[in-house]
Amino acid sequence: MASVAKSHRAAATPYRRTWHGSRDALVLLAFVLVPFALEMFWTFWPALNSLYISLTRWDGISPPEFIGLDNYLQMWSDSTFLLALRNTVLWLVLFGGLSVLGGFGLALLLDKPRRGVGVYRAIFFLPVVFSMVVTALVWRMIYQPDGVVNGLLSAVGLDDLTKIWLGDPDTALYALIVPALWRQMGYIMVLFLAGLKTVDPLLHEAARTDGAGTFQRFRHITLPQLRPITTIVLAVTVIDALRSFDIVWALTKGGPYHSSELLSTYQFSTGVLGSQLGYGSALAVVIFILAVGTIIVYVLRNLGEEETA
Amino acid sequence: MTAVQAPARMARRRVRTWLFHLGMPVLAALWLFPLALVVITSLRTFDDLATSGLASLPQGLTADPYREALASGEWRSILNSLLITVPVVLVTLVLASMAAYGLARHRIPFRRTMLLLMLAGNLLPAQLLLIPVLKLTEQFGLFDSLIGMIVVQTAVGLGFYTFVLHGFMRGIPQELTQAARMDGATTFGVYLRIILPLTKPALAALGSLCFTWTFNDLVWSITLLRSEDKLPVTPAILGMQGEFVSSWNVIAAATVIAAIPTVIVFLRFQRYFISGLLIGSSR
Repeated sequence: MASVAKSHRAAATPYRRTWHGSRDALVLLAFVLVPFALEMFWTFWPALNSLYISLTRWDGISPPEFIGLDNYLQMWSDSTFLLALRNTVLWLVLFGGLSVLGGFGLALLLDKPRRGVGVYRAIFFLPVVFSMVVTALVWRMIYQPDGVVNGLLSAVGLDDLTKIWLGDPDTALYALIVPALWRQMGYIMVLFLAGLKTVDPLLHEAARTDGAGTFQRFRHITLPQLRPITTIVLAVTVIDALRSFDIVWALTKGGPYHSSELLSTYQFSTGVLGSQLGYGSALAVVIFILAVGTIIVYVLRNLGEEETA
Repeated sequence: MTAVQAPARMARRRVRTWLFHLGMPVLAALWLFPLALVVITSLRTFDDLATSGLASLPQGLTADPYREALASGEWRSILNSLLITVPVVLVTLVLASMAAYGLARHRIPFRRTMLLLMLAGNLLPAQLLLIPVLKLTEQFGLFDSLIGMIVVQTAVGLGFYTFVLHGFMRGIPQELTQAARMDGATTFGVYLRIILPLTKPALAALGSLCFTWTFNDLVWSITLLRSEDKLPVTPAILGMQGEFVSSWNVIAAATVIAAIPTVIVFLRFQRYFISGLLIGSSR
């Protein structure tokens, strides 16, 4: 490292300055273009490819056959796709909604300096550092037939409520949302804690002297001031919710009978593990459209509200 | 008016403080319960679990499950994880800081467009990339190799780190780099001796984030790797479920081991980690 620095200092001596400038420009070009090209090649190029593959029938071995929008039309008569779409929307609403509400609640509780606040924040944040797979294995033990949930239910005499939580089509999806929330809430909490720091305490003081109650101050001072961070949280949540894959793959692989199937797991089973690469790519495009669509709807609604306000 | 309200408000605040100190420990205990359960289970014997079940108090503690988990090849998969994660973190920080430096401190044409394109590339859902990237790695002979994992995970994540570092580097005063320029420093010299040292806090934050995200990855490793001896620990412990069907103590021990590296990074870089998540949220 030192020798590099030295050689560059030598290059700065006056008589070499004439071509020093152009070499500098080349270095700069490389600085920007190498990372840029690397990322574009492994993101946009594959994404465009996916778009094209979604218009073909392809088993991954013989050459792909162009079939236009057939894959997209076929979806609407595919009951697994419809179930996965329903589950994905449900996941977006439940996982997304509850993690934002829960994370916001935790942030409100832990915003003011009280004894132990730092420790509590660390505890709620801790699951964020675990992988979804670690989270999944931890919760698998809780959900086992002889696990804690059933153990507790039997202990209080509710034996008839005990279930194979992950093996029952009625409960599998909801049983997956709980560990996902356990891991996500701490993350959302940290985001909102940062947002709450930006709320001006003088505004609260002024409203209090004017006789505003706790709820009124919350509704008319805290919430409006949190708007920027709320936008960020919602974007993060939508992207995370639609990307959710690991927890489902680790615990049920979308089963039993596709009851916990999400678009992401269905896409993986058909396109990556299976041999329907065209159909799998079309499913990926649907996930992409859902993500972009949800965020655009939110942004538009927000703009509309700001204009009327 | 306020003089009358003050005592009532004080009383209400005291009640709230009491409720906080009663409720919070319960909530925190609930949050920690799953972790306690997995640690305790990892220290129990197979016979103990087989006779009294997972939801019971342990009859005695043993470290054998850890020995068994490590003997079954978890060492190998932890090593694979580190062989992927450490290069990804280093290369990502080098490349992202280079790009951010160029885009933030120089008048390069289309710099805004390039930055936004890189960020947009990072926001594309992985599902949209899996199939074509799988085919690309096959073409380049990178399929089922650790190098392939390193290349793909680095390339796919770059946009986010570049974006954050760009914001950070723009805040460094122009006078500092101009002074160095006057002294004859080159582009590379300014980057190495002025910008990088000043960017250290952001690099630490992003490095710890990058470490956890890469270490915790599942979807890329099960897409791009086939050989069992190349699997990182995250997919490997999933596979162990099949091997140790009802040996919950061994699976619990393997889970604890797999969580240790990220917990160490979290504890070591705790301050940076949380600020990293905060800047991370502005993506």
